[in-house]
Amino acid sequence: MPKYAALIYRVEAEWPEQGSPASRQLYQAWGTFNQDVARAGVMSSGTGLQPSTTATSVRVRDGKTLITDGPFAETREQLGGVLIFDCKDLDEAIMWASKVPDVEHGCIELRPLWDG
Amino acid sequence: MRSVEEPTAQAVERVFRQEYGRILATLIRVFGDFDVAEDALQEAFIAAVGHWQSAGIPDNAAAWLTTTARNKGVSRLRRERTQSKLRDQVKLELEVPTVMAPDEPDLLRLIFTCCHPALNQEAQVALTLRTVGGLTTAEVARAFLQSEPTVAQRLVRAKNKIRQAHIPYRVPPDHLLPERLASVLAVIYLVFNEGYVATTGDGLIRRGLCTEAIRLGRVLLGLMPDEADVHALLALMLLHDSRRDARMREGELVLLEEQDRSLWDRAAIQEGTALLERSIRLEANRPVGVYQLQAAIAALHAHADSGAATDWSEIADLYTALLRIYDTPVVRLNRAVAVAMADGPDVGLRLIDDVAVQLDGFHPLHAARADLLRRVGRRAEAATAYARAIALCTNVVERRYLTRRLAEVG
Repeated sequence: MPKYAALIYRVEAEWPEQGSPASRQLYQAWGTFNQDVARAGVMSSGTGLQPSTTATSVRVRDGKTLITDGPFAETREQLGGVLIFDCKDLDEAIMWASKVPDVEHGCIELRPLWDG
Repeated sequence: MRSVEEPTAQAVERVFRQEYGRILATLIRVFGDFDVAEDALQEAFIAAVGHWQSAGIPDNAAAWLTTTARNKGVSRLRRERTQSKLRDQVKLELEVPTVMAPDEPDLLRLIFTCCHPALNQEAQVALTLRTVGGLTTAEVARAFLQSEPTVAQRLVRAKNKIRQAHIPYRVPPDHLLPERLASVLAVIYLVFNEGYVATTGDGLIRRGLCTEAIRLGRVLLGLMPDEADVHALLALMLLHDSRRDARMREGELVLLEEQDRSLWDRAAIQEGTALLERSIRLEANRPVGVYQLQAAIAALHAHADSGAATDWSEIADLYTALLRIYDTPVVRLNRAVAVAMADGPDVGLRLIDDVAVQLDGFHPLHAARADLLRRVGRRAEAATAYARAIALCTNVVERRYLTRRLAEVG
């Protein structure tokens, strides 16, 4: 069966505030959705990303690792893949990101996942 | 009559200035969290004001504060133990000794964490001044002419990122050390420069920032006594700072050449020169570094008896060497000025023209160009260049100087 990655985009500033009715509604909707995809057997894995303010972008140019605060921000490149690393800290994640073959031409954005 | 409170308040203030960063660094390691550590330390300082007044100032005030803050932090975490994650943390806390003293390696951990390259530089600077330096958010904001909420938000965001992205609380391993140390040195030098050449506003020398940067440089030197670049940066800052009393006369900026050299701080020059020499000896086989070259240039100025007696050709050579490892339009401009002093204004003007397009919005370019044009007697062109420099310059003191020059050629 073909596999698909569903990438979720939305304006972070429009996220409902924690504990607000809108946020409770969203959590409920996610609960229902998770049950539905589980029952249908279509969801192999998935998780939420922490906000883009926690992002770190890694590039390697001329053999040098360049680390910048914030999400990947250029528009010429397109999203080409998703990897999930289990690392002890950000330095280890940066080290592995700097070894991804595409890092010398593109950019690897590291985003912590929500725990649990 | 001397009030009883005064010595205690003074002692607390003194310990705060000297020990804040060291104590906080240890508390952050213990609690694994900046906010818990900061709140606990603040409570401990408040407790110290009352307690030291009745019981006297303890022999080891830093250990007293560390222990008190640790206990306050632990009780806070106990109060909040409803959350399972926090309960685990409290368990950890109970294993640490009852009496604690701040630990030097912790301060180095804190410095490297604050200057981690995954934080943007503005955040690195704010966080370093706030935590290592013990400045209040309001003080950081004032020093950088920003609003307090802006700085507060920047600090919150930086601490969140450290927590959420798991930026490690450690001194980087050897293979990462050179680049990570470079980012620490850049932060300290930026603080110094912000104080030394205020980019906007009335105060030409925001003394506090220079003093703080030099203090941070000394702290870092104490923690990393074998690093050539740490010596070189402290040397560079001391050599620049030695001129502080001569740079202003009756509210006017005094150019290096025209400064009263008897006002230069000889002790700072001596210390800076000795640090530079040690820096060069420390890593004699390593290629010369950016801070070493800049400190060497500052040292040549510091040891010259007058503007005319300055070894400008040596300074031009040092700028040429700097250009090889740090090629920026500003370094090219500085080299052009040195070459003009060594080989005459015409050569200098040609070199300035090479960067004129890139630095068109940079007032020192127009000021330097105006100066050379004035010397070769091209008065009308000099006047145009001074006018352009004045239009771009945001510093009141410097503008007054340029306006005076414009009147001379106009």
